[in-house]
Amino acid sequence: MAGDKEVGEMRGRQRRHATSVVMLGLTYVAAAIATLPLLFIILYLLRKGAAFIRPAFFTQMPMPIGEVGGGMANAIVGTLILVSIASAIGLPIGIGAGLYLAEHRGSRLANTVRFLSDVLNGLPSIVIGIFAWEFLVRPFGNFSALAGGLALGAMMIPLVTRTTEEMVRLVPTSLREAALALGYTRWRTSVTIILRTAMPGIVTGALVAVARIAGETAPLLFTALGNQFWSTSLTEPIAALPLQIFTYAISPYDTAHAQAWAGALVLIAMVLVISLAARYATRSRFGTAGD
Amino acid sequence: MEASARGDRVYHAITTAFAVSIPLLLVLIAISIGIAAWPALSQAGFSFITSSEWDVARGKFGAAPAIYGTIVSSAIALLIATPLAIGVSIFLSEIAPPWLRQPVGFLVDLLAAIPSVVYGLWGIFVLIPLLRDPIAPFLSDTLRLGSTPLFSGPNYGYSMLAAGLILAIMILPFISAVTREVLLAVPRSQREAALALGATRWEMIRDAVLPYARSGIIGGIILGLGRALGETMAVTMLIGNRPEISASLFAPGYTMASLIANEFTEATSDLHLSALMAVGAVLFVITLIVNALARWLVWQVTRKSAR
Repeated sequence: MAGDKEVGEMRGRQRRHATSVVMLGLTYVAAAIATLPLLFIILYLLRKGAAFIRPAFFTQMPMPIGEVGGGMANAIVGTLILVSIASAIGLPIGIGAGLYLAEHRGSRLANTVRFLSDVLNGLPSIVIGIFAWEFLVRPFGNFSALAGGLALGAMMIPLVTRTTEEMVRLVPTSLREAALALGYTRWRTSVTIILRTAMPGIVTGALVAVARIAGETAPLLFTALGNQFWSTSLTEPIAALPLQIFTYAISPYDTAHAQAWAGALVLIAMVLVISLAARYATRSRFGTAGD
Repeated sequence: MEASARGDRVYHAITTAFAVSIPLLLVLIAISIGIAAWPALSQAGFSFITSSEWDVARGKFGAAPAIYGTIVSSAIALLIATPLAIGVSIFLSEIAPPWLRQPVGFLVDLLAAIPSVVYGLWGIFVLIPLLRDPIAPFLSDTLRLGSTPLFSGPNYGYSMLAAGLILAIMILPFISAVTREVLLAVPRSQREAALALGATRWEMIRDAVLPYARSGIIGGIILGLGRALGETMAVTMLIGNRPEISASLFAPGYTMASLIANEFTEATSDLHLSALMAVGAVLFVITLIVNALARWLVWQVTRKSAR
């Protein structure tokens, strides 16, 4: 009878191992399925968009919808302007708030701000958009680049705040203590020693934030609005790459669709280059930290 | 000494002001949207979220179809993305050979970097035709699901299903990032103990790793839900934008975000604008609660491991 029991145990062990192999195999399948969409999207973008990327795309204005040719020069410049405004707001506030959070760890205000910063980060961009409209478009009576930039800037703040905090926390306490012992004041310690040490990480965070807002469309629908002209005025509607892609994508013309693909390829290239730069910056930081 | 003390005070004041600006910004958003939404909310009352009649011309604003669409499209997204995201995370933190970890993790993270409008564009020209031709006929005819209410009716491609699918791809990196983070927070001893007791690798993951990380994983899923609820462009481009409640996933729908995106710049009457603001207010409150809950759950796990 002992033999039966042994056989039973062996079968049980075989079954358990088989289950293990199957389940672990399924995680390979999940990994494959999860990475496929990105490859599909990028390959498709390259196939559809690459043919339309010519110098003219970057230098010319959009043609009237339905006509062949033209470029997105105004939208590319518009996006750069919007991102600059957003960075001018999001970076100082985000870095300042991040410094505060790192230096007042555990205080009630810091905990509240940290939590609300995460909440702000999770707020849908369209909600930020209608807020910017209510606050900056309605009172002044017109759509503007400034309102669009401010909406994007508000979205940058929580991202920059949290990465700054994380990076400042990684700075060894001994460094701070050494600076204070040498007679540095607190603020000089923070600004020159701590900020400089944490700078590569903060730059990474800033790049990630820029990459994220550069492709935002929803908050711009009611703020920057977009247009078909050359405009760099901050108090008037301004074109933006994502808005232009949206307009072309939902139009019924094949020529417009072609422009949408080309625009999407340029936008993706911008975002990916920024993301890769951010990743590279992080890697070199960890590389030197290990020395 | 005097000057340095003043410098410290100025520095403290500036960083405090920046830190405090975050709660202030949130309060400002809440108040201004609340005030703008008030006329529509006070006129429609509770029927704003229960009525499905959205008739701009007659001044009737019932947001039920948009709320329904938001919930259903997000639920589809979660159903598809959750198992995949947990699978990928287990793969990356427990199983993958080291040389695969970096590239696969990077590719999954990059999904979050693709702009929503590009997902929408891809969806219109790739996903919608795929749904219209092989996928929908396969579901309704080959699998004979066409007689069930879930997959009945004609399929134009633009549908709740299309929106749910694109949302699944979009929220996958968020769920996966959090899940990976909490899986890494599970102590080594937990795994070693399970293996020492004779568990297979899968049993170790199932019985020792996942239960420990459970609340954090749930937090990640809820965080993904928060993203799905508010996602705008891709959904607006794929869901069909029709304010009706239909049981069929092939039917077009509406979400709160797509409703705002579609009608906001065309709203002419103050009441219409106010109604859209009220939709925004509902979205604001829902995502606020969802995010707070998610953060709290993730915090529970990471705090445990920090001690």
